[in-house]
Formats: sequence, structure tokens, C-alpha cells
Amino acid sequence: MSNKKIETQFEIIRTFVAILMAMTLALLIILLVSKQPVDALTSFLTGPFSSIRRFGNVIEMTIPFVFSGLAVCVMFQAKQFNMIGEGAFYVGGVAASFIAVKFLLPAGIHPFAAILFGGVVGGLVGLLPGFLKVKWNANELVSSLMLNYVCLYLGLYMMKSTIRDPNAGMIGSYVFPETAMLKKILAGTRIHSGLFIAILFIALTYLFMYRTKWGYALRMTGLNESFAKYSGINTKRVIIYSQVIGGLIAGIGGATEILGMYQRFQWSALPGYGFDGIIIAILARNNPIFVPIAAFFLAYLRVGADIMARMTDVPSEVISAIQAIIIVLIAAKRFLAKWQHKRIIKNSQEKLAVKEG
Amino acid sequence: MGNEILLMKNITKVYPNGIVANKDVNFSVNEGEIHALMGENGAGKSTLMKMLFGLETPEEGEIFINGKAIKIDSPTTAIKNGIGMVHQHFMLVPSLTIAENMVLGIEPRKNGFIDFKKAVAITEEISKKYNLIVDPEAKIEDLPVGMKQKVEILKALLRGAEILILDEPTAVLTPQETKELFEELVTLKEKGHTIIFISHKLKEIKEICDRITILRGGRSVGVHHVKDVTQEEISRLMVGRDVVLKIDKTPAKPKEIVLKVKEVNHIDVMGKNILNKISFFVREGEIVGIAGVEGNGQRELIELITGLDQYDEGSIVICDKEIRDLTIKQIRDLGISHISEDRMTYGVAEFASIEENIISDRFDNKDLNNKGLLKIRKIQSLVKQLIDDYKVKCDNGQQPVKMLSGGNIQKVVVAREFSSSPKIIIANQPTRGIDVGAIEFIYEKLIQLRDEGVGVLLISSDLNEVMELSDRLLVMYGGEVVASFEDSTKVTEEELGMYMLGIKKQVFEEKRRVENE
Repeated sequence: MSNKKIETQFEIIRTFVAILMAMTLALLIILLVSKQPVDALTSFLTGPFSSIRRFGNVIEMTIPFVFSGLAVCVMFQAKQFNMIGEGAFYVGGVAASFIAVKFLLPAGIHPFAAILFGGVVGGLVGLLPGFLKVKWNANELVSSLMLNYVCLYLGLYMMKSTIRDPNAGMIGSYVFPETAMLKKILAGTRIHSGLFIAILFIALTYLFMYRTKWGYALRMTGLNESFAKYSGINTKRVIIYSQVIGGLIAGIGGATEILGMYQRFQWSALPGYGFDGIIIAILARNNPIFVPIAAFFLAYLRVGADIMARMTDVPSEVISAIQAIIIVLIAAKRFLAKWQHKRIIKNSQEKLAVKEG
Repeated sequence: MGNEILLMKNITKVYPNGIVANKDVNFSVNEGEIHALMGENGAGKSTLMKMLFGLETPEEGEIFINGKAIKIDSPTTAIKNGIGMVHQHFMLVPSLTIAENMVLGIEPRKNGFIDFKKAVAITEEISKKYNLIVDPEAKIEDLPVGMKQKVEILKALLRGAEILILDEPTAVLTPQETKELFEELVTLKEKGHTIIFISHKLKEIKEICDRITILRGGRSVGVHHVKDVTQEEISRLMVGRDVVLKIDKTPAKPKEIVLKVKEVNHIDVMGKNILNKISFFVREGEIVGIAGVEGNGQRELIELITGLDQYDEGSIVICDKEIRDLTIKQIRDLGISHISEDRMTYGVAEFASIEENIISDRFDNKDLNNKGLLKIRKIQSLVKQLIDDYKVKCDNGQQPVKMLSGGNIQKVVVAREFSSSPKIIIANQPTRGIDVGAIEFIYEKLIQLRDEGVGVLLISSDLNEVMELSDRLLVMYGGEVVASFEDSTKVTEEELGMYMLGIKKQVFEEKRRVENE
């Protein structure tokens, strides 16, 4: 076995150990706080699979998670710790709603145009922290976090001043016309055709990252910026386009979510999917291929916790603890590192022995 | 001269990667003297001092202070035993004041809070005592380098340092600051302190040191009274050659000029003149070596030539094109290849695969990608070919570079840089820290490329390397080319050593020649 294989194996094991430990802790918490721990656990773990509708909930939630996870993957692979996913997701939703309400287009083209516009606006939002970083060396983490609020309030203002429905009884847009909405694809659930867009984007993002020259330049810049620069890669351009693409994917995610799951635009706060994208990207090791698995897992946890909260006396916040532990353990590079190192040494020695023997 | 205050006896240090940094070194310092520790880069000076200051532990040997054997396992123990160190890179907190830095870790307290007034008073007191005048309330970040160094010295003195280690203290100073420092050191000496002065500047050692210990290749090659030895002798002891790798090569047949550097100046952020009107040229089919002790402007020069940094004054012309406003990519496209001295920072991305590391300069070319889509199969066959040609020992092209040995990592770099059909190769310390097999391989390839008409600029602090490989030889000292030899076989190492250490300087013919051409 090559040492590289050991590393891959080890990453998988590490992820599972982290999840296992987090789940164990959740179990302990449930045992401590609940008067009906068995019920709570059952609904938490098996609830999401207990009916088509509930399983549908998991898939519905997986869709936006995939987009925000992919967005973060692209930015993190370039070592750009840009949190704009949140804001881009939001303005993507606003922009798509605008097209949906303001224009009358045929059924196939209407959502396409709306989602595309959502992506473009998301990309523009992603451009800002990238540009600020390249031009004035402004830390993208800080500027993007701040910009998220700009996105929220600017988006809300734009929505209110253009497509708000005064008779809605809440802050929301006019109801989307039938032509703009994404069709449901499974009876008894709210799973919509955005699922296909999500799958398409997993493939596209993967291809972009590993099969195009732009993806290559992006990865090299992320792995070692000095090396990339020395090799002649225009790292400033990479820093900018990685964040534009991240914003674009998040924007498309927001657009897809709003057209697939809602009758009208009604987000009056940041929906939180952008930050969830960070959890997903960390679980997926920034690799687009693993994003659907990570997104599904997180959606499963969320839906499970939700069911548990509804059916029993355990609040759904328990999963925040689980998430936190998983992230800490996976992000901690030294976690289980000794064990891995020992295996690599043993492997190398065995190889040497074979060579000499 | 006082008694022996410090004795390091039979010190041997082996690093985990197998490099023997010190071998049976004996180092003795008397009370109240300024003792110079001299040697080339990699001679083991820093390692020896790190062991004295508790940053490293020796494998063998003993350390005696005032005749008493002690074990120094950490800087805290070293400080307790009266040893203080002024590092080359200052260990100060820029946002704090001088007084706050002075008392860091030994803060005077009042009611559980830090007593800042006391800190200022302490600073003023010690500053007056040693006549090292500083403003205790000034912030470190606002100070010039010379002043920061004063603070470092005071810090060590405040902690009761009897023996002060100064690691190349003048490397960062201007001549005026150096002069001031020397006056301060003499004052310290008069007050009974002992100073260990690490340097490779002969003139300075001659000026203020009493005795000198010279290290070469991890061993001590002699202790002398400075006034009894000539600069020439010191230089010979320091740079004498040990291993000789003989290289067979035919005389060069140089043709057109491919690289012309003319009167280039460079001033760093500290306002120090790093390059001073430097001029030279390299022709097709010749290897031009630049010898010199590291830190005399070589790195900055290479950064300017390869586009990693921008120059303001002078001109650099590669294949008849001024490169001032070109990007690194455009400069590379002119036909320049660059082996960086810092392999792991610039040479490779260690977590990326061999394949990804090899295509980094050419993934943009038409034959490796089709409208942006990488031609995976083509890339794989190219990389496989290069792995074979350059004898990179690895499992396959997908293996991450960090899993290779140093020599094989360098082969990956060389495979990329040599296979891009360059017109000129900038080889900066191309064989540093790699095994003999890989070294020989790289030498062969360099000469082969030279014979095919490539121009090579070789920068190396390894005398043996520059003397054996180069057709022509230049010596850099203090940001200038101080010597130029048309035929590198006619130079002796003694002669070269004297130029490298700034004892001698040629009148400039090279510069004139460039201007005439």
C-alpha cells in the first residue's frame, strides 16, 4: 500500500470517528435532559426515514446545502476564507424573485433566466471581497462577513421597493407565477427539479476544479501561493475569480431554493445556508465529489433533530453541539495524527524490508 | 584578560534528518573578551550557539560555565546562568513600548497589576548604567533597526546576562549604526561582560574582537588572537575546500547575450541599499557563476531578474527585451527558467502531486489544454517521460511531492525548469541540502544544457560548486560585483575568499564591457 492511500483511508476513518464521537455525546446529552430518551433517540435517528414526506424533507434540505457547500469548496480550495456564501445565497434569492415576478416568460425559460440572474448577482457580490483583497489587501474574512449584512439589507430594500406585495400580510414579494416555479418531482414531498440543477453543479464544479486550467491554477494558488506566483500563474486573478465563482454558485443556490420551495420571496433575515456551507465543505474536505454526501448527512441531522423536537421533549439545538464537535475534530489536524504517523512509518519500513529482503 | 568563563567541550550535534551540524567542537571564551565566531553558512555557528542558549540539545559533549558543568535544556536555564542572546531577527513586540518589552515576562507588579512606572524606571536605570540611551516610552514599531537592537541588548542585560551572544548583529545595520554598536560593545566589555560575536565580516572582527574561533563544516579549525592572524589567513581557514567534486567539461563556446543586467539598484523596505549599480551579462552557451557569502544581494538580484520583485533603477534585458513591466508569466515566456534557493516555498507545492508540480509553468500551453480543458492523457505521458528522464524516485506521478526525499523534490523542480526549452537558466543554490547522487545529476544536466546553447547564471555559496561549474566567475559583496574572472579555472580559492569577504575589490572592467556591447 502506498503512503498516499494510508492518508486517504485515514481521512475517512477520522471523519467517521469524529461523527461517532459527536453522536455519542449527543446521546449522552439526550439521556441527561430527556424523560423519554428512547423515543427521542428513535425519532432523531430513524425519524428522517420513517415516511416519504420526512425523507423528502431531507432531500429538500440537501439541495441548498449542496450549492452552499460547493461555493465554499471553491473558495476554500483557493485558501480564500470568504464567508460571502451567506450574502450571495440571499441576494441570489432576491434577484431570482425579481425576474420571477417582473417578467412574463415561458415555463422552461422563466426559471432558467431567474436562476441565471441570481447567479450573476451572487457572483458580483463575491467579486467585492476578492477585489478588496487584491487591491488593498483587505482580509476577505472580515470584509465578507460585514458585506453579508449589506447584502441582507440592500436585498431586502430592493425587494420591498420593487416586488413587495402590500397585501401579503407580511414582508414578502408577490406570489411567483406558475411559470417561474421549479416543478415538484415526487408526489407527497416537496422535492423539486432544483435537485437536477444541484447534481449538474456537483459535476460542473468537480470538472472545473480538476479538469480545467482555471481550476488547476486555483488549486495551486491555494496550496502554495508563492509557488503559483513563481510559476507564472496570475494569482491575483485567481483570488478574484475563485470568489466570483463561489458567489455565483451560492447565488444559484439561493435562486433555486426560493423558486423550488417558496410561493413568494419571504426571507427577512439571512437564511443561514451560506454558513452551513462551511460545515459541509469541511466535512467534504473541499472536494466537490463528497459535497452531496456531506450535505445529505447534515440535512439528515437537521431533519432528525427537528422531528425529535416535535415528538419529544428534547430541543433541536442538540445538533448544534454535534456539528460543533464534528467540525472541531475534523478541523483539528493533529487529531489521530500520531496513529497515522505510526502506520506510515511501519509501512515505509515494511517496504524497505521487502526491497532489501 | 580574565579566566575562562565558558567552555563547550567536544560538542556533537546531529539533527533528526541525519545532518551532522557540529562534530567534536571545542569552544572556549574568556571573561571580558569579545570573541568572534566565524564560518560560512552551514558551518555550524548557529547550531553551536543554539545549544549554548538552550534551543537545541547536543548529542555529546559538555558545557562548563566558570568551570562548573551545567546542562542547558531551555533558554530559561541559559538566562539563569547568565547567558543572553540577541537574535538576528528581533524578538520584540512591535506594538508595545520599549519599557513594556524590557520587562516582558518579569513584569514588576503593584496590587496585581503591571506597574508601568516601575518598568519605565527600570529601563531608564539600566539604560543609563550601560550608556545605551533609549526612550522607554517609545513604541518598538516606530524605532529604526539600530535602536531595536539596543533594546534587545538591554533586555538581555536586564535579565542578568554576563555572556552576550550577538548573532550577525551588523547584518541589518547601516555603517553608522554599526559604528555606534561597536562603541556600545566596547563599553560593555569594559564593564566586564563577555561577548560572543557571530559574523562573517572580517573587517568588523579585526576591528573589535580579541580572539576568533573559526568553524568549517561543523568542526573547529582553530582559535587565534585576532591581532596575530592576517585577514588572508582567516579567509583561507574559513573557505578552504574539503570535498572536491571534479567535473569534466569542455571549454564554453559562448554566443549572443541572453541576459544583460545594467546598473540595477535596489533599496529594501528598511531603506537599506541591497543592490548597488550592479551590472553583468550572460551569453548563450556559458555558465556564469556568482560566488559570495549569502546575504550580499544575491537573492534580491534573482528576484528582480525573475520578476518576483520590481526594480526602479537600471535595466534588465532578457533576449533583447526589457523586463521592467512584464509579468512573471511573460518573463518566463521569454525563455527564462528559475531554480529557487527556497525549494519548499517557491519550487514546489508540497501537497500537490508530482504531476501538478511539473505542469505549473506550462498548463496554459496549447498542447496541454484545449480551450481550458486539461488534456489529462497528454499531461500524464509528459510527466511520465520527465520522471524517467530525470530519474525521480517515486511511485507514480500522482504521488504528493512532500513524500519524496529532498534530492528527488529538487529533481522535480529541475525536470520542470530544464524541460521548458529555456534560453537562460537561473540556478540559485541548485544543490543545497541534497544528496551527492542528485548533485552530480544536476551538474551533468546543467553542462549538457550549456553545450546545447543555454545560458546559465549560477548562484551558489558553495565555493566548490561555482568554481567547478562556472566558465566565468563573478563575486558579489555588499550588493556589488566586486570581482570578475574571465576564466574560472585560473582563480584560487584564497583569492576568491578575499573578494567574498570584502578584503579585496577589483576595478570594474565588467561594467565597462557591458556598456560597450
